[in-house]
Amino acid sequence: MNLHEYQARALLKAAGIPTLDGDVASTPTEAEAIARRVGGTVVIKAQVHVGGRGKAGGVKLARNAAEAADEAAQILGMTIKGLTVHKVLVVPAAEIATESYVGLIMDRESQRPVFMVSSAGGVDIEEVAAKTPEKIVRLAVDPTYGVFPHQALSLAFVLFRDFAQVRAAAKIMEQLYQAFVANGASLAEINPLVTTPDGRVLALDAKIVIDDNELFWRPDLGVLRDDSAEEPSEAAARRANLSFIKLDGDVGCVVNGAGLAMATMDLVKYYGGEPANFLDIGGSSSPEKVINALKIITADPHVKAILFNIFGGITRTDDVANGIVAATRQFKVNVPIVIRLTGTNEAEAIRILNEVGMPALSDMDEAVQRVVKLAREAA
Amino acid sequence: MSIFADGQTRLLIQGITGREGSFHARHMLEYGTNVVAGVTPGKGGQRFEGKVPVFDTVADAVRETAANATVIYVPPMGAAAAVIEAADAGVPLVVCITEGIPVMHMSRAMPFVRNRGIRLIGPNCPGLISPAGRAKVGIIPGNICSPGRVGLVSRSGTLTYEVVNHLTRAGIGQSTCVGIGGDPIIGTNFIGCLEAFQEDPDTDAIVLIGEIGGTDEQSAAAFVRDRVTKPVVGFIAGQTAPKGRRMGHAGAIISGASGTAEEKLAAFEAAGIGIMKRPADVVELLRARLG
Repeated sequence: MNLHEYQARALLKAAGIPTLDGDVASTPTEAEAIARRVGGTVVIKAQVHVGGRGKAGGVKLARNAAEAADEAAQILGMTIKGLTVHKVLVVPAAEIATESYVGLIMDRESQRPVFMVSSAGGVDIEEVAAKTPEKIVRLAVDPTYGVFPHQALSLAFVLFRDFAQVRAAAKIMEQLYQAFVANGASLAEINPLVTTPDGRVLALDAKIVIDDNELFWRPDLGVLRDDSAEEPSEAAARRANLSFIKLDGDVGCVVNGAGLAMATMDLVKYYGGEPANFLDIGGSSSPEKVINALKIITADPHVKAILFNIFGGITRTDDVANGIVAATRQFKVNVPIVIRLTGTNEAEAIRILNEVGMPALSDMDEAVQRVVKLAREAA
Repeated sequence: MSIFADGQTRLLIQGITGREGSFHARHMLEYGTNVVAGVTPGKGGQRFEGKVPVFDTVADAVRETAANATVIYVPPMGAAAAVIEAADAGVPLVVCITEGIPVMHMSRAMPFVRNRGIRLIGPNCPGLISPAGRAKVGIIPGNICSPGRVGLVSRSGTLTYEVVNHLTRAGIGQSTCVGIGGDPIIGTNFIGCLEAFQEDPDTDAIVLIGEIGGTDEQSAAAFVRDRVTKPVVGFIAGQTAPKGRRMGHAGAIISGASGTAEEKLAAFEAAGIGIMKRPADVVELLRARLG
C-alpha cells in the first residue's frame, strides 16, 4: 500500500526526523491558513500516487497566503494521470544547499532491509541506479539487531564532510530504520534529504510503501489507505477480497491463482486478444467471490467477452459453477461467457452448468481461443 | 527417486487441527504420505482421525516420532514463529504453505533457519510432491501427478497444476514437483531445486516455471548454463503485466526496468533453456529433448 507524501512525512516526523513545517489541506481556505501560519513563500504540492507531479502542474510556488489559496484552488480537483487531486501539502519553500538520497528497501536477494544512499539526490534514483550505479552506496542491515551506530555513521559519511551534518544524517538513518520497522514498510525513502545554507539537514520529500501483509494486524496503518487514489473497480475488488488489476483490453478474465491468472492473460494475447484485467479469486473460492468478480468485470463497458479459467485444487470447481449460476440469476450478463474448469469436483460443476444450458470446456487453449474470437466478433 | 521428499519421509503437520491443516492432512494421508505426527499447542495427547498423534510442540513430536520433515498450515501472524520452532527442533525439511506472512517476519526468520542448515520451502507455496514415493507435502493435488523422470520447479500454484496436468495426460511422469512460493523472501530458490534435480539420478529433464518480478529466474538461467547438463524447458508468466503493479503474488511486480518477462526470457534463451510460449508447449519441448 502506497502512502501519500503527507502521510509518509507524518510517520517520519513521529520518528523524530526533522522535516519542514507545514500541513495538508483539502480546501483553498485551509491552504491559505497554513501558508499564513508558516509565513513567507510556500510550496503547494498535489497529493496523488503518481510520479511527475511537478511536470503535470501539480507543484506550485506561492509568495503569500492569498497566492497559496489561488494555487491550491487550481491544483485541488485537477486530474494527474487519471487521478483527481483531493489534498495538497503546504510547506515553506526551503533554501537548499545540497540534495541527497536516502532509501531503505526490503531486498529480496539479501533477504534483508538494505540502505541505499547517494549524494546524487533529488532526481529519479532508478535512473541513477541504471546509469551510474557506483554513485549509490548500499548497506544490508541484519534485522535481528537493527542498524548499528557505526553503520549509520558510515552511510552519513558517504553524504557529508562536515561532522555536525554527518552526525545529524546518521541519526536520521537510525530513525528511518525505526520508522521502517515500526510501520511494517517495504520501502521508506527520503528524496531529497537536503542541507540548508545555514547547515541544517532536513527531509524534504518522503515516500513510504507499507507491506500489504502487515495490514491484517495493523488497523492503525489500514486507515491510511486512500480509496479515492485507486481505480474504483480495484478498490471494490479489494473490499471483496479479490486480487484485481484493470487493464485496457476487452477480454475479462476470472482465474484462480496469481500465476495461472498471469498465464491466462498471456495466452489471450498469444491468440490475438487483449486482456481487460488480472483477477485472482484465490484458493478457497466461495460462490460469493465469483458473484463479486462478475459484478466488477461486467461494470467495465470495454469488456466484450468473459473467460473463466479454473484449475481446481483447493478451489472446488462446483463452488465456482454455483457462483456463475447465482450471478447470472442476480443480474443480466450482456456479454458471452466462456467457462473452462478442470480438477476438484469437475463432474458436479459441469452438471450444474449444463442444467442451465452453459457449456464447460476442459482445455485452456481451446477456451482462450474461443473467448478471443467472441470478443473480436462483438467489437 | 526424487528430491527433498520420498518414501522415507516421516512427515509432521504443524497446525493439523486447524481448518486448512486438517483438510490438507486428510488429503496427504489419502495419497499415502507417511504422516507420523501433528502439532497444535494445547491439543497434545489427542489423535487426528483416530490415528495421527498430536503434540504441543515440534520438539515433543520429533522426540516421540522421529519426524524428519514438517509442513506448516499456521495462520500468517504465527507462521514465521512456526518456521523458527521447526528449525529450532532440528527438522531438516520445513515446508511453509501459509500465505500473507509479513516480509519482515521472514527477514528475521531466515538467518535462524540458515544457521541451522535447515531446508525451507516457501512460504506462500503449494509445497512438493514425489509421486513414486507417495510423498505429498503440501497442497498439490495428487491425482494430476504420475510417477516418472521429469522434475518440475515453479513459483506458482495452479499454473504448476496446469503444466503437470499436460505432462501426465501426455504420459510424461514426474520425479518431484516443487512450488517454491510467490513471496519476495523464500527459503529455497530455483537454484536450490535445480541443483538437487541435477544430482538426482532419477530425474532426466527439468521444467522451470517462473514469473515476472525479481532476478531469481535470471540467476537460475546462469546456473543452468554453467552447471546443469540435463535438458531444461521454461516458462515465464506475466508477459502482458503492466509495470509497477503487484500481480497477486507479493513478489510478482516489475519494478523500474528490472524483473520484466523479456529480460527473463532473454536469460533463458542465452542459457539454452527451451522456451514454452504457452503452458501446453511443455509436452513437445520435452519430447524433442528426451527423444
